[in-house]
Amino acid sequence: MLEQKHLLGLENYPAKDIQTIIDTAFNFREVLDRPIKKVPSLQGVTIVNLFFENSTRTRISFELAQKRLSADTVNFSASSSSLKKGESFKDTAQNIEAMKIDAVVMRHPSPGAPLHLTKFIDATIINAGDGAHEHPTQAILDMMSIQEKFGKIAGLKIAIVGDILHSRVALSNIHGLQSMGAEVTLCGPANLIPPYAESLGVTVNSNLDEVMEWADALNILRIQRERMGSALLPSVREYRSLFGITEERLARHKKEIVIMHPGPMNRGVEIDSQVADGDQAIILDQVLNGVASRMAILYLLCGGKSEETES
Amino acid sequence: MMDLQLLPKKLLLKGGTIYDPLKDTMEKKDLLIVNGKIASMKKGENYDDAKTIDCAGKIITHGFCDLHVHFREPGREDKETLATGSLAALAGGFTRVCVMPNTNPPLDTPESIRFILEKAKDVPVHIHPIGAITRQQGGTDITEMGLMRDEGAVAFSDDGLPVQDGSVMRRALEYGSMFDLPIINHAEDICIREDGVMNEGFMSTKLGLSGNPNLAESSMVYRDLALGEMTGGRLHVPHVSTTESAEHIKEMKKTNKKVTAEVAPHHLYFNDEVIASFNTNLKVAPPIRSEEDRTALVQAVIEGVFDCIATDHAPHTIEEKEASFDLASFGMIGLESCFGVVNKVLVHQNKLPLSRLIQMLTVNPRRIMGFKFDLFQEGVSAELTVIDPKSEWVFSKNDIYSRSKNSPYLEEKLQGRPVLTIAKNKIAFIV
Repeated sequence: MLEQKHLLGLENYPAKDIQTIIDTAFNFREVLDRPIKKVPSLQGVTIVNLFFENSTRTRISFELAQKRLSADTVNFSASSSSLKKGESFKDTAQNIEAMKIDAVVMRHPSPGAPLHLTKFIDATIINAGDGAHEHPTQAILDMMSIQEKFGKIAGLKIAIVGDILHSRVALSNIHGLQSMGAEVTLCGPANLIPPYAESLGVTVNSNLDEVMEWADALNILRIQRERMGSALLPSVREYRSLFGITEERLARHKKEIVIMHPGPMNRGVEIDSQVADGDQAIILDQVLNGVASRMAILYLLCGGKSEETES
Repeated sequence: MMDLQLLPKKLLLKGGTIYDPLKDTMEKKDLLIVNGKIASMKKGENYDDAKTIDCAGKIITHGFCDLHVHFREPGREDKETLATGSLAALAGGFTRVCVMPNTNPPLDTPESIRFILEKAKDVPVHIHPIGAITRQQGGTDITEMGLMRDEGAVAFSDDGLPVQDGSVMRRALEYGSMFDLPIINHAEDICIREDGVMNEGFMSTKLGLSGNPNLAESSMVYRDLALGEMTGGRLHVPHVSTTESAEHIKEMKKTNKKVTAEVAPHHLYFNDEVIASFNTNLKVAPPIRSEEDRTALVQAVIEGVFDCIATDHAPHTIEEKEASFDLASFGMIGLESCFGVVNKVLVHQNKLPLSRLIQMLTVNPRRIMGFKFDLFQEGVSAELTVIDPKSEWVFSKNDIYSRSKNSPYLEEKLQGRPVLTIAKNKIAFIV
């Protein structure tokens, strides 16, 4: 069992629980390779996917994880315009709770929204991304993929590249990787590095080639195209030349650097197609591990008793 | 529950210590009020026909004056009215307040100033309206300051919104200098602030909330101070939240004696680490800053940089505060908790003499706003507060008289509290 009832973020989350989730997720990976990819572990458990913000991948990943575990699921999508009043958030939450559910998976554009939700309802809450705050299940699947590739996490050098300021993936990865014993460097345009980032215990370096020389793996963040041509970023070609993981740049570094990306990718902007589809990329493994990790999280938080996978 | 009664014909406050913040004298004396006016202050008075209240261990001083509150009338009477705000004031020991004009519609005409004063006649504290600097608080066209002054406006401010355009601020200070009333600018450069909802720093990075950097405030404070010097206008700087703003004010005060400044209790009490709770009652503009800023503000109080404490009492509905942190409204109520908070942080934790704190709540704000401040004179209408400086209490919902409950001090242990407030021929027994 895990120490905490909810999974809201990885700041101060126990390392042993991260390891338990990853170990359990590897067990579920085997289930996903079977012809019939379904176990009865969460039969009778009701989970609501509460998405206050558009999401394709994360939601599909959670839904699949729930179906593979035989849970009953309901999807709820709310437009962000209905968020303007706090009342509606509280009412939505309490209405859903009144229908007797066991867990809520929530994506919300506001930092702190999952914590806020814990004040209104008793169900277990899993944060599927809250604004630029945390995205713990993404970080866990990233760490699982790192462990799969390297056989370990501790002692590795991981660089997170791109728009750190607006990223929830970065913050959860930083907290998670650090508690698992990895070293983290942030690399991105100086105006997209959040203030006092070094106080998180990471190194900040805007020189991508130096960072690649240092790193065992790069976790490349999506750069929002709408930020191009603003006060933040001048152009795509400038971004590519400074921070793009191009085929040439990767070839220049003699060692094998593992390439990760949480998706969705902007091919030709932060990552070249040749790199994304190349041998060093584990991007599709991340997607598969995403389902397995979320199965593990749901299983452990919604009634799972051990790391054993029932069949 | 607070008990509000008509003042008895003859009232004797017996056995207490009278602190006169104007003369800075602390004396064990009894205070006699006859027909609502101060009749005498002598030792060992006894009157068989006077109602006598035992004030042993208490301090009797001028009623507190807050030159920065939001009573939301007209327009948002669901949050606060002049009547409910007055009860909150009395409960906090305040007998006189200035209401900010960011109402709906804003107080930007002489007619709206008259409206406030008419509505305020029957409430139990003295209320003075502050007029807007610009029409509709739009930041471009200045208001009829002269006519508003004639109706009773005591200062001008677009509070809630900064006067972003430097030339408008310059013209307002120049024009306002004819009336010798303070111009109060909510200093936050909105271009630098962007959509910041909390202090920009390590905590905003950790919480993923958009940050509002110190410079958004301090650069505009610096601009306003320089404009004040250039125009000869009377600048009052509200709710100073940063180290840098305090330094700029300290520097300017060396040469420009017209400049005044206030600090709010919450900027002295909290640092931005508390935002980790995502408690929206802590969301305020300007934001709660770092511990470094908090201690610099406390130090600035001790050095005399700030003239007064002002609560920036800003009521909001439950709905507006139950939203997520980034969407919730800015502001917190502060009248009822004020003395317990500032007495705890300034007097108990940082050794500011209690007399200095009382001056910052009484004679200093009255001077800034041009109110009568020599209150302990025979024949003057009684306007006073009795404080129990030793009381340790836990602030709770029951202590709130505001129509809104958005206080960040709930369950907080406070030190010292007003127990009795007298104003407008009424007496409020607070506890």
